[in-house]
Amino acid sequence: MLAFLGRRLLSTIPVLLIVSVLVFLMLRLTPGDPAAILAGDQATVEQIAQIRTNLGLDRSIPEQYFIWLGHLLQGDLGQSFYYKTDVVSLIGQRLEPTLSLAAITICIAVAIAVPLGVLAAWRHGGWLDRLLMGFSVMGFSVPVFVLAYLLIWTLSMKLGWLPVQGYKRIGDGIGAWIYQLVLPSITLSVIYVALIARVTRASVLETLGEDYVRTARAKGLPEVKVLLRHALANAAVPIVTVIGIGIALLIGGVVVTESVYAIPGLGRLTVDAVLARDFPTIQGVILFFSFVYVVVNLLVDLSYVFFDPRIRY
Amino acid sequence: MAASPPPQDLSVEAATVIARPSTWQRVRANGSVRVGGTVLAVLVAIALAAPWLGTVDPSLFDPVSRDLLPGQKGEMTDLDGETFEHVFRFGSDSFGRDIYSRVIHGTRVSLVVGAFTAVVAVTFGVLFGLLAGYLRRLDGPLMRVMDGIMSIPAILIAIALVALWRGSLSTVVVAIAIPEIPRVTRLVRSLVLSVREEPYVEAAISLGTPTWKIMLRHILPNTTAPLIVQGTFIAASGILTEAILSFLGVGLPPDIPTWGNVMAEGREQFAAFPHNILFPGIFLALTVLSVNILGDGLRDTLDPKMARRT
Repeated sequence: MLAFLGRRLLSTIPVLLIVSVLVFLMLRLTPGDPAAILAGDQATVEQIAQIRTNLGLDRSIPEQYFIWLGHLLQGDLGQSFYYKTDVVSLIGQRLEPTLSLAAITICIAVAIAVPLGVLAAWRHGGWLDRLLMGFSVMGFSVPVFVLAYLLIWTLSMKLGWLPVQGYKRIGDGIGAWIYQLVLPSITLSVIYVALIARVTRASVLETLGEDYVRTARAKGLPEVKVLLRHALANAAVPIVTVIGIGIALLIGGVVVTESVYAIPGLGRLTVDAVLARDFPTIQGVILFFSFVYVVVNLLVDLSYVFFDPRIRY
Repeated sequence: MAASPPPQDLSVEAATVIARPSTWQRVRANGSVRVGGTVLAVLVAIALAAPWLGTVDPSLFDPVSRDLLPGQKGEMTDLDGETFEHVFRFGSDSFGRDIYSRVIHGTRVSLVVGAFTAVVAVTFGVLFGLLAGYLRRLDGPLMRVMDGIMSIPAILIAIALVALWRGSLSTVVVAIAIPEIPRVTRLVRSLVLSVREEPYVEAAISLGTPTWKIMLRHILPNTTAPLIVQGTFIAASGILTEAILSFLGVGLPPDIPTWGNVMAEGREQFAAFPHNILFPGIFLALTVLSVNILGDGLRDTLDPKMARRT
């Protein structure tokens, strides 16, 4: 297990390196002076010259990459000229709202999607199954911001149940924190529910056809136990996998959702940075989100041992 | 000892084989293809006929007719300075532009973006997939790069590239297509790897057929059906991503009438005029839905292997 853990950890390094090369090249392959782009539109000649020497822009491209990577590995993502602070602390400040939103969304999505998927597979071809499949196609097609405004319009403005916009820190009280995040989380969870429910349905459908399920039923086990202990437990690996892959969708959704609901998180930061053409911040956010995505999927891989004892590393 | 079947049985076999519907017939008979295809055809017709559907120039504005509700009458001034009466079917925005005209013309932008995104992503995906699957030396490095692209959330790549290149139709299409390329590459590569083991490819190799000819004549035709399916789904997500970019203000310039831009303008006044977001939203959702349903139908009929996987 430990040896596997080590190997699996090592295998993420090439992927992360390639991500760093891609993010590095994104800026270099753009026409124009990278130092001027990084310094922003209002930079002085001295600031641009400062960045140029800092990044070694007078050297060859590979050398520039290694200088940049060196900064990166020391936790230096550069300075944001727009926010007048270093990018690492900027990301740190914006982390809480995004993590909160993502955590609540994942909880809501899993709590809704997995039971729905199991029930749909159980009554395969029935009304719930057809409804769920229809909903999942809808979920993939309705843009998250259209859904956001529909929910704001009905739940907040017409019915007055939930706040329209804004964010309360977890320090302000758990109740207020959750109350503010309910609407954004529901919005964001729709596409995630569609994805997870679909995969749950498909993989439970498969396990329901296995011999051990027939055996379990034949020995008179209650149907609930058959579904949970035998069908769902054996279908867990693909479900966990899709939850991990879905993080990419979630990150994309976070950018939009935070923007609509005025949540001061990383997604909002991304959009503001792009509008201000603040490239150090854009690079930092992309690197951070990709790192999270790779690490989450590493954890998902490791969790297979827990969900399927036959898998031994 | 088992008796060999009489020859009549064989002819019956042959007859049933001939009687099987062709792929095209199965595609046309599929319910999802019909529903999705019909809605999409209507949208294409709307896009083509946009100037003749009671629309005005989507960039025309008249400050007198600001913030009208759907169905209200107002005045509009054309570029020659002549004022005429106009019914604002979907209302007007805060500049006094006709939302109906902007939404109808926006159909053109969305469909063009969807189609071109699919074409660009599939073209490059096929190119890289063939190279990776056929030239073993390129396989490792190329697929690692694809892994890298796939580890960056798609919307972030698109946002960053548009920000760097500044928004125009071509940069937006390329920026949206790039994160879609790895999936096509993987698909083509895996198809190439299985097809190249087929006897007819081995025969072609042993006859000394040049590699490029084997790729074009023997391998590429086998990838058509799954690529059509994949291309449809890419078009759907391309339309969605373009709308998101425009909505966030980082996509096409605001003067181009796109659904995302109309909704972005409607954001500020959403509480008072929700239709500014509602109408383009309905069009957007309907378009993406029809393309997705069409894709589901195509997948079930053209690519049954994939249909069983999902």
